[in-house]
Formats: sequence, structure tokens, C-alpha cells
Amino acid sequence: MNHLMRDLAPISAAGWEEIEKEAKRTLRALLAARRVVDFKGPLGWQASDVELGRSEPITPPAPSKDVQARLRRIQPLVELRMPFEVSREELDAIDRGARDPDLDSVTAAAREIAIAEDRSVFHGYPAAGIVGICQAQAEAAIPLGASHADYPAAVAAALTKLRDEGVEGPFAVVLSEQLYRDLTARTDGGYPIISHVQRLIDGDVIWAPGLAGGIVLSMRGGDFELTVGQDFCIGYSNHDEERVRLYIQESFTFLVLSPQAAIPLVMGPNQG
Amino acid sequence: MASETLHEDSEKLGADVLDRHRAIVSLMEELEAVDWYHQRAKATSNVELRTILEHNRDEEKEHAAMVLEWLRRNDTKLDEHLRTFLFKDGPVTEIENAAKASTSPADNGMEGSLGIGSLRGTP
Repeated sequence: MNHLMRDLAPISAAGWEEIEKEAKRTLRALLAARRVVDFKGPLGWQASDVELGRSEPITPPAPSKDVQARLRRIQPLVELRMPFEVSREELDAIDRGARDPDLDSVTAAAREIAIAEDRSVFHGYPAAGIVGICQAQAEAAIPLGASHADYPAAVAAALTKLRDEGVEGPFAVVLSEQLYRDLTARTDGGYPIISHVQRLIDGDVIWAPGLAGGIVLSMRGGDFELTVGQDFCIGYSNHDEERVRLYIQESFTFLVLSPQAAIPLVMGPNQG
Repeated sequence: MASETLHEDSEKLGADVLDRHRAIVSLMEELEAVDWYHQRAKATSNVELRTILEHNRDEEKEHAAMVLEWLRRNDTKLDEHLRTFLFKDGPVTEIENAAKASTSPADNGMEGSLGIGSLRGTP
């Protein structure tokens, strides 16, 4: 048994299977950053940090005056944990062969932690020392324009900016839930706006509930690095007669290595 | 062209699949070279040539190990299998059964993992 203490949970193999299936389905559907950034790991629960290859001068240890000292800089992994409860009645139903178990709490927890990871990658997480892609490139952000018909022009402007910086493709566009819905629902002259965008980038348009606004970014690799220690896993906390308390957990950190490889898209009128 | 062995339109495959393909083909080439050098080293009766061939053969093994490590880092499932089977004692064919029978895959650090990993290239 490891730190997840799963063996102590009053859950059968069939119960674990259903819970994990539900969590996996939600995570795979919602996680957006993992579709566009480099993924390093999983390095295991014991992994604590990422080496940055940098150091800073510090005061030498007393009483030496001539000894030079430098302190290595690292970026620690952050642990995210999302608790949830499962009804023991539902777990019993699974063991009886129920094909419609109520696992909404699993779905909600998976959604919450998926959005937390994406939000950290896209918008940063100062308490964890993470600078997000949109933060790192805030000054280069391009307004989406006043109407939905302006969106393809904003994406085209972002692509031009990336190419001007010498950034190569393939490119992807990541959009907030609202923007993605707008683009798929609306047309320009009878042609779906999302199709305009897909033709412009010749790549994927990705839906990201954890993102505010949008991002056009290169997927050439080497620009954005998500390091995962323990990948998403489900652990056990405690239980009583009615409920089993579990949690979804992961450890990770994120580095923007080349900020110029992404251009944020923000709500607002064009400035030109 | 980097490879003649793509079975699908490269534009549909995406950067991640293409890079993994490059690594897999490279690994195949390195291991093939190991095999060839090994045969030639065994066959020659010239001691000096045999020494060179054996040296070159062992360098190819280093190359293969490096590419394999890259693949492991970029393929969650391969990582899982390598952690299960590599550097273990006892009969190889019994490792999988032992891993399955164990209720504690914590031994390889993967217990409870949902195996999400990278989602690049997934629809």
C-alpha cells in the first residue's frame, strides 16, 4: 500500500473500476493544456522540484569573506487535491451489477481539478511559483474585436506576430468555453466562424474551460513544459456507514521556456 | 523524407505522433546495427577488426538506450511497462503475473494513477 491508502477503502475492484472510469473520462474531456504543451513525467510522488539551471549569489558562510557562494534555483512541484464523497449505497449497487451508478461527485471533482491545472498553466498560480502562458505574454495580447466576425482576423494577426518572431508551427488555438461556443454556433456569410479559424491555423481548435479568452500558440515543442510528479490518481481519506471520502490528487509544475511562442487573445475591441 | 514507413497521411498524424515515429524508427535502426556488428565481430578472424567492430557495436547500444529513454518519457504506457519489467530479478514471464496479483502496484509508483499523461494528438 502506498500513500493513497486505497487498500483501506471499503470499495470493491468493480467499484474502483467505475470510479476511475468516470474520473478518466472527465479528465480526458476537460484537460486542455496537456493537448498543447510538452509533458514531462510522471516522475512519481517523491519528485519535489524541477531544476532551472540557474543560481543566485548569496552571502558566504561566516567567517569566510573570500569564499563565493551561489544558491541553486529550483521550481517546486505543487500538490493539488480535490476531495469528494461516494455513497456506499451506490458502491453496493455497482457490486450488484448496476449500470447507471450515480457518480456525479467523481465527475464534479475531476472537472474542478482539471480546470485548476489548466488555469495554472494558462493564467499562472503565484502561490506555487507558476507563471502562466497568458501572464508571460500579457503585453503581446491581441484584442478579439467587437463582434464574432472579427475573431478570425484576430487569430490571423496572432499568427503573423508569431511568424514575425520566427516561431514555427504547427499552431493551435485554445479557446475559453464561451468563445468556443460562440465560434461553433455563429456563421459569417453562412460559413461557420470556427471553420475560418481552423483553415487559418491548419491545426486544432481546442476547448478549455480553465481559460479566460484565447491563445494562439506553437506546438513545435520546447516552448512550454508541464512537469508532472504524481499524475492524477485517486486516494482514500476515510469512511462512515453512509459515505466513503476519497480525493483526486496530482503534483506538477509548469514552465514557460519561450514566451514568444504564444499570443493571448483577449476580449475587447480592436485598437487599430 | 525522414522515414519511408508512415502508414497514414503525415498531416493527419500531428507533431507528437511523428516524433514518436522518428524515435521508434531510430531505435529499430540502432538495434539492427547492434545485431550486424555483433555478427561481423563474431565472424571475422582478424583480431584488430573484431575489436573495432565490438567497440562500434557497444556504441550503438548506447544510442539505442538514449532513444528508448526518450520514448519512455513520452509514452505513459511504455513507461508503465518498462517500470514493471526492467531491472527485476526472477523469471521475466512471472513479473506480469506478480504485478497483477499484487493489490499494491505502489511497488512501481503507479498505484492509483489514472494514466492520463500527455493528451497531445488526442481528439
